[in-house]
Amino acid sequence: MIERSPLFNFVTYAAMILGLLVVLVPFWIVIVAGSQSLQEVSRVPIVLWPSSHLWENIQSAWLRADLGPKLINSFIVAIGVTAGKILLASISAFAIVFFDFKARMVCFWLIFITLMLPLEVRIVPTYAIAANALLPFQVVLDTLGITGLVQAVSSVRIGLEWNLLNSYTGLILPLVATATGTFLYRQFFMTIPDELIEASKMDGAGPVRFFFDVLLPLSRTNMLALATIMFVSSWNQYLWPLLITTDRTHYGTVVMQLKALIPTQNGTPDWNVTMAGALIIMLPPLLVVALMQRWFVRGLITRDK
Amino acid sequence: MAAISFSGVKKRYQKNDVIHGVDVEIEAGEFVVILGPSGCGKSTLLRMIAGLEEISEGKIAIDGKVVNQLEPRERGCAMVFQNYALYPHMSVRQNIGYALKVAGMPKAEREAKVLKVAKSVSLEPYLDRKPGELSGGQRQRVAMARAMVREPKVFLFDEPFSNLDAKLRVAMRAEVRNLHRSLGVTSVFVTHDQTEAMTLADRLIVMNSGYVEQVGRPSEVYHHPASLFVADFIGSPSMNLVRGFFGEDGYFRHGKGGMLNLPGLAKAHLSREVSIGIRPELVRRVDAGHKDAIAAVVDYTEELGASRLVYARADGSPIIAVDDGNDALATGMPVHFAMSESDIHVFDHTTGRRVDHAGRPVRATDSVSA
Repeated sequence: MIERSPLFNFVTYAAMILGLLVVLVPFWIVIVAGSQSLQEVSRVPIVLWPSSHLWENIQSAWLRADLGPKLINSFIVAIGVTAGKILLASISAFAIVFFDFKARMVCFWLIFITLMLPLEVRIVPTYAIAANALLPFQVVLDTLGITGLVQAVSSVRIGLEWNLLNSYTGLILPLVATATGTFLYRQFFMTIPDELIEASKMDGAGPVRFFFDVLLPLSRTNMLALATIMFVSSWNQYLWPLLITTDRTHYGTVVMQLKALIPTQNGTPDWNVTMAGALIIMLPPLLVVALMQRWFVRGLITRDK
Repeated sequence: MAAISFSGVKKRYQKNDVIHGVDVEIEAGEFVVILGPSGCGKSTLLRMIAGLEEISEGKIAIDGKVVNQLEPRERGCAMVFQNYALYPHMSVRQNIGYALKVAGMPKAEREAKVLKVAKSVSLEPYLDRKPGELSGGQRQRVAMARAMVREPKVFLFDEPFSNLDAKLRVAMRAEVRNLHRSLGVTSVFVTHDQTEAMTLADRLIVMNSGYVEQVGRPSEVYHHPASLFVADFIGSPSMNLVRGFFGEDGYFRHGKGGMLNLPGLAKAHLSREVSIGIRPELVRRVDAGHKDAIAAVVDYTEELGASRLVYARADGSPIIAVDDGNDALATGMPVHFAMSESDIHVFDHTTGRRVDHAGRPVRATDSVSA
C-alpha cells in the first residue's frame, strides 16, 4: 500500500507503537520486579520503576534454582537439538530434491504431514519409545515369531532395550526431526539451477561433494535462519524435559527450574527473586535472536545470489 | 584429441522419441556445430555425449571407446553451459580449479595450472572476484577457462553465447575459434544461430525435430542443401522455394499458370511433385526484353545499404531477389528476373529430400559437393 497522508501515517505509527507496548510491557515488569527488594515488590499498588536490588536478587535466584549446571544442560540440549535438526533437515531435503526415486513424493508428504502432529499430540507413544528406543524392533521380532523361534531353539530370550530416560540423548533425539526445517531446505534447494548440478557432475563431483562444496555454502543464510528459530524453540521446551527426566539435579534444564523459582503457597512471596531468575533464563535466546537477526531476515526473505 | 562416433543413437522420453537415430562420425580435432531450431534435439544430443542424458538406444563412442555406461567425469569431456553455471560462492580461481581439486591434484600444481589458463583468456586480474562481480563476457571466459583447465579430450558448448550482446558475441566467436586453432581439441558446439554456425564450423550437423537433415561443410550445406528444411533454414533471406511439377515439354509449372523453361532439369524429374529452389542472390534482375525473362510484380523492397531485397510475386508464387540497382521500385510495379538452370535445386516434395540431377534422392550424410 503506497498511501502517504498525515492521518494514515499517524494510524500506522499508532498501531505499531501499541504493538510494541504489548510486547515490551511484560519484559519491563520482569526487569522492574527483578530489581526490587521484597518490600518494594509486595507494595500495592505496584511501582513500575526499577530499584537497586537486581544483583542480590540474581544471586539468590542463581542459588535457589541451581542455575549454573542447569544453564549448561540447557545449552547442551538446545545446541544439540539445533545441530541435529539442521543436519537431518538438510540431508532429507537433499534426498527429496536431488534424487529421483519412486517414493520421493510419498516421503516428502510423510514428512510434511508430521507438521500436523506436534509433540503434545504424540507425547504418549514418544515417551514409550524414549523408555525403550528399540521397542519397535522388539515388536517386529515378536510379531514375526522370531523371538519365540529363537527361544525355542536356544532358550535365549531376545529382549532389546535402549532406555533414553534421564539422558541427554533422550532430551535431544526425539526433538530432532523437523518438518519445518526440511520444508525450508527443500524450497531453497529447488531454487538451485539444474546447470549447477550438471556443472559439478562434469567437474567430477559426486553427490556428497556437491552437497558439501556447493549446497551447504550456498544455503548458509538459510541455515542460520533455521538455527535461530530452532535454538529458541528448543531452549523453550518445557513439557518434554519435564516428562523424560526424573533426575532433575543432573538433567534438569533452566526452563523447568522456573517452577522451582515460583514462591510456594505458604512461603515468602519473593517474586523479585522469581523475576530475576526469569531474566537470566530468557537472556540466551534473546541474545541469539539479537545477534542473528540480520541473517534471520535475509535467510527467510531474500536470496543473495 | 578424440573422435566421436554416433551409431543409431536414439533418445526416448517415456514413449516419445525425441531423437530418431543419429549416425554421424566426428573426426578428431574437428570443430562441429549442431544447428537447428529450438526443440530439434540438438542440446539433447550434446548432453548425451556429456553423459548428462541417458542414451536410450544406440552407441556413442569417444576415441573408439563406447561411453554409454560411463559417468560424465569418466568421459573426458568438458562443457560450457548456456548460463555459465559458475559456482556463485566460489572465487574465479576456485571456480576454475574446482575440477582439479575434486580430482585430488596437489594445491601448488593446481594453482599453477589455473594461473596459466586464466592468463590465456585474460582473466588474471579477476581471479579473486566472485562470479557475481563480473560482466557477462568475463563470466563466459571463466566458464571457458573452467573447461580448458581439465585438458579434456572433447569440448562441448551448449549455446554459450546466447546471453551475450551482439558485439560480444562476435568477439567471443573469434576467441573460441582461436582457442580451437591453438588447442586443436575436438569440439561440439550447439547453436540456433546460423551465422555463428557458419563462421565457426569445420562441419555442420543440421537437425530438425529429432532427425539429422544434413552433415557437411558450411559451404556445402549452403550451396547444396540436402533437404527442403535445410534449404529454407540456412541463409538469410532464405531460399526461394516454389512447388510445382515438370512437364514433358520442358516447362516447370507452378502457381497460377506460371511456366519456367527448364529443359535440362525436366528430363530427370518428370512425373513427380517437386519444389525447386534458388538463392535470392542468384536471381538476376533483367530487362523486359531478355529471352528468359520472368515477369513479376513488386510487393515491397528492403534496403540493406549495399544492395536491396526485392520481394515480388510471379504468377502467384513469391520470389525474393537481391538487387543492386537504385531505381525506384514501388509496390505494384512490374519487374523481370532471370536465373540459370544450374543454380536451381530440386527437392522431392513428398520426402523433402534433395534430388540430384540424375533423379536420385540425396541422403543426409552424403557429400554433395558438385
